[in-house]
Amino acid sequence: MDTTICAISTAVGTGAISIIRISGKEAINIVNSIFSGVNLTKVKSHTIHYGFIVENNNKIDEVLITIMKSPKTYTTEDIVEINCHGGISTTNKVLEILLNKGCKLAEPGEFTKRAFLNSRIDLLKAEAISDIINSETEKARKLAINQIEGKLSEKINNIRKNIIEIQASIEVNIDYPEYEDIEIMTNQNLLPNLDKILFYINELILESENGKLIKNGIDIVILGKPNVGKSSILNTLLEEDKAIVTDIPGTTRDIIEGKINLNGILLNIIDTAGLRYTTDFVEKIGVQKSLDTSEKADLIIYVIDNTITDLSEDIKKIKELKHKKIIIFVNKNDISSKNNFDEFNNYNIVMGNTISKNGLNELKNKIIEMFNINYLDTKDYSYLSSARQISLTKKAKTAIENAISNLNEGVSIDMVTIDLKECYETLGEIIGAVYKDDLIDEMFSRFCLGK
Amino acid sequence: MKNKYDIIVVGGGHAGCEASYAAAKLNFNVALITSNIKNIADMPCNPSIGGTAKGIVVREIDALGGIMGKIADRSHFQIKMLNNSKGPAVRSLRAQADKKIYPQEMLKELKKLKNLSIIEAMVEDIMVTDNNIKGVILENHKTINCKSLILTTGTYLKSNVLVGSEIKKEGPHGERRSLKLSNNLKKQGFEILRLKTGTPQRIEKNSIDYSKLKPEYGDLNPLTFSFDNPPLYDVNNQELCYVTYTSPETHKIIKDNLKKSAMYSGNVKGIGARYCPSIEDKIVRFADKERHQLFLEPESKFTNEIYIQGFSTSMPYDVQDKLVHSLPGLEKAKILKYAYAIEYDAINPLHLKPSLETKIINNLFTAGQINGTSGYEEAAGQGLIAGINASLKLQNKVPLILKRNESYIGVLIDDLVTRGTIEPYRLLTSRAEYRLILRHDNADLRLRKYGYEVGLINKTQYNKLIKKEKNINELINELKTKRLSKKNIPLDILNKIKEKQLTSGYSLFELIKRPEFKIKDCFNSKLITNKYSEDIIETTEFLIKYEGYINKTNKDIERLLKLEKKQIPEDLDYDKVKNIATEARQKLNQIKPLTIAQASRISGVNPADISMLVIYLKKEYSKNE
Repeated sequence: MDTTICAISTAVGTGAISIIRISGKEAINIVNSIFSGVNLTKVKSHTIHYGFIVENNNKIDEVLITIMKSPKTYTTEDIVEINCHGGISTTNKVLEILLNKGCKLAEPGEFTKRAFLNSRIDLLKAEAISDIINSETEKARKLAINQIEGKLSEKINNIRKNIIEIQASIEVNIDYPEYEDIEIMTNQNLLPNLDKILFYINELILESENGKLIKNGIDIVILGKPNVGKSSILNTLLEEDKAIVTDIPGTTRDIIEGKINLNGILLNIIDTAGLRYTTDFVEKIGVQKSLDTSEKADLIIYVIDNTITDLSEDIKKIKELKHKKIIIFVNKNDISSKNNFDEFNNYNIVMGNTISKNGLNELKNKIIEMFNINYLDTKDYSYLSSARQISLTKKAKTAIENAISNLNEGVSIDMVTIDLKECYETLGEIIGAVYKDDLIDEMFSRFCLGK
Repeated sequence: MKNKYDIIVVGGGHAGCEASYAAAKLNFNVALITSNIKNIADMPCNPSIGGTAKGIVVREIDALGGIMGKIADRSHFQIKMLNNSKGPAVRSLRAQADKKIYPQEMLKELKKLKNLSIIEAMVEDIMVTDNNIKGVILENHKTINCKSLILTTGTYLKSNVLVGSEIKKEGPHGERRSLKLSNNLKKQGFEILRLKTGTPQRIEKNSIDYSKLKPEYGDLNPLTFSFDNPPLYDVNNQELCYVTYTSPETHKIIKDNLKKSAMYSGNVKGIGARYCPSIEDKIVRFADKERHQLFLEPESKFTNEIYIQGFSTSMPYDVQDKLVHSLPGLEKAKILKYAYAIEYDAINPLHLKPSLETKIINNLFTAGQINGTSGYEEAAGQGLIAGINASLKLQNKVPLILKRNESYIGVLIDDLVTRGTIEPYRLLTSRAEYRLILRHDNADLRLRKYGYEVGLINKTQYNKLIKKEKNINELINELKTKRLSKKNIPLDILNKIKEKQLTSGYSLFELIKRPEFKIKDCFNSKLITNKYSEDIIETTEFLIKYEGYINKTNKDIERLLKLEKKQIPEDLDYDKVKNIATEARQKLNQIKPLTIAQASRISGVNPADISMLVIYLKKEYSKNE
């Protein structure tokens, strides 16, 4: 880490100001050598200075420079931030000058990696910072901040403290067996304690599922036969929220995807190829792709055309969906029909049309209701929000469940301590308390550029 | 007395005995120097060998070819298996060893070794040339040369015996202490620790009112420490121990006189172990506890002394009289020896390599209390390893370093040389993360091959081990091959199966996995013939019943071994490794771990430091290729 690294740390292409961050021993010297203004090597830490970036006496950009000296910085090294005002091409030019002066372009996640390696942050915080960068809604940002404050670490540490306490009592029994006046850890006094730990871990997992919604949003897939108005429902939802529509090329036809912000929660809506029986090979692939996509979704909106009289194919398709959460949207209700929807009494059903935008608020309210969106608040939760964290927590859960069932089956206490130890160490792994050979590389390869 | 030996051992305690025995057995000319021959293999504190974890250490010593287990088998008058109810992984033997017989038997055994000389003298200094050990200097200024030196000085280095405000400049039993050796070690660059331990009163056997006490019996099935001898005691004629408790009066006396205790008057500078606190410590630290359990243990069949386990103190004599008389059953007890605290010098064990050779002086080894441990068994285990490694080094062979997944001795030494200690270190089963594998029953399976390779285990003993391994595999195979179906299942077996529905056929192996079945049920139902000894059945049953846990532990061990394989050069300069935290760098430079696994166990070295170290080694390694 004796190199000095730099990167553009704001998203490319958005915002009037771009920030270039430089971290390392030479950060201040290098920036000073391309700066026209005060002598940056002589200023106090955590101060901002106005001036110009110059190259061969040419002014490249008008900038504000923030100087932060070691150790009270993000990486604990000297950090300089350059606020560039000249748009993306000028920012790139400044970056190029820095590279010419001996800075190394930061690898993805390298600032955070340095912060981690310099013991500035623990592993969990490092992951949370990556989440902040990627967070697209305010709630997700708050969630990530909660983790940085170490609330999750604290929660996991508390569970670990509980386990270690139980273990200590058992170990005293084992290592001092002749002392009859020490409380003997029997099934009766162990089980309630283990149940308590299981409860805490379950709570962590449950909250994490909500956390995942906050962080990643809700994945919604729109299904239905061709020409029932799927795309217009998507477009209407997107138009209202002025969201960006992105085109994702598919093999047979485009799948349209868009994102809207519903009361702070991100909805990722995907429109799919129409479902119908077809002999056309290419179209067949499209239909299969729609179904595959829907399997991974959190919610399916199945669209039915109100004007179609024969609903048998739709009924069949809906019943085939093994999905937990489905909303049936009966489109084109501005045109009267004789259909009755008794068949769908057990489903969430919304009537509406995209011409008068009737029913679309009801659809949104339904989603809010089904996912408890209004009750999701980041302030009380501490979430496990990466797949790694959740799978480790589930592993810890299995360990404690094994301890409980083994105790119940009369397995001797020395074996139960192995389950307890596994639970303890697995939880430790989440917060990086256990050294694992490949963990760090795995971790930091997932970080985006800059902070 | 010659003036030149291959190996000199200084100190005749449990570490010194094992070290001399091993080195002499390996055909080196060995001198054991002790200040008093009468104190060889002395048991200055509790009259017992074994205990949790410690009992397994004795088994390990025996498996490797050491002597403690055999001497203990010849000299105890009560033995039992601890933790039977808590599971097979934590069972451990404990015997009441006769304090008269044990040293006698040990001396007899040592005298049989023709190339071992026992010398009565006080060692004052060591001779060193260019960081190589050359010999020792005695009190009378005579010198004895050696190629290798093992220091096992116990509690004798600058020891002070403390009773109340009295400070006696002597070792245990009023023996002379060694005044100069630790100062001279300090001059050589060793950091000296000051540690403290203590011992309780001895009571006249016939002055105790036994009617008020609960007796403690030995086990009724015959047991041995050693793998090589049968039980040598009369199972039905074991001595009894007794249990008593502190009374409210005891607690009051202690509270009223606390300032008179050497421990609380500021006289003691040494650090005592949390694991065997004095009675005043227990009462102060656990103030809400109404009473503390005490054990009355006979010291010998040939003396009338009873040891009060759990009652060590540094109170003045008059307070001790009152304290003893406040105990139920001891109201009229006659005190034969008073309790005392003893403080002594030790070296910081971080000066040691895992072979127990010091990093400062080549061919200088240390073992036992000088390394900061407490306990006869811990001392003996280190003594054996020091004796073996001093010998191996003179043979230009690689040292025997037992891993944490192989033995308690390995755990003990790794803890000492990697983490150090600030208090007398006692082994506990909870210190062993793979204790499921480190059992009483399999010590020979784990370690005997090392003993054989080193040369302490003979061909006959080794063949016995091979036969045991073969028998275990045979029994497992038999149980796996023999299958039960609805048709051929014996009625008594069927009756024992909890769920009555036999859905499909079972192998006997699968049957044994059920908690309600034992291998012996298969013999009783004549499903297979019993041609196996008890120890084979015991180990096999364990391997089958706990297969899941064993597999889990083995996975952990695999991970450990992967890191143990990543070796670090002994001469690595950590100042050259970039980006290691200052504390970690200091620790690494001091400890000089031999593997990444050992490095990761050092406190103050965090995962980030380890990854920087790994990266550095990778870079340097590939450079050399």
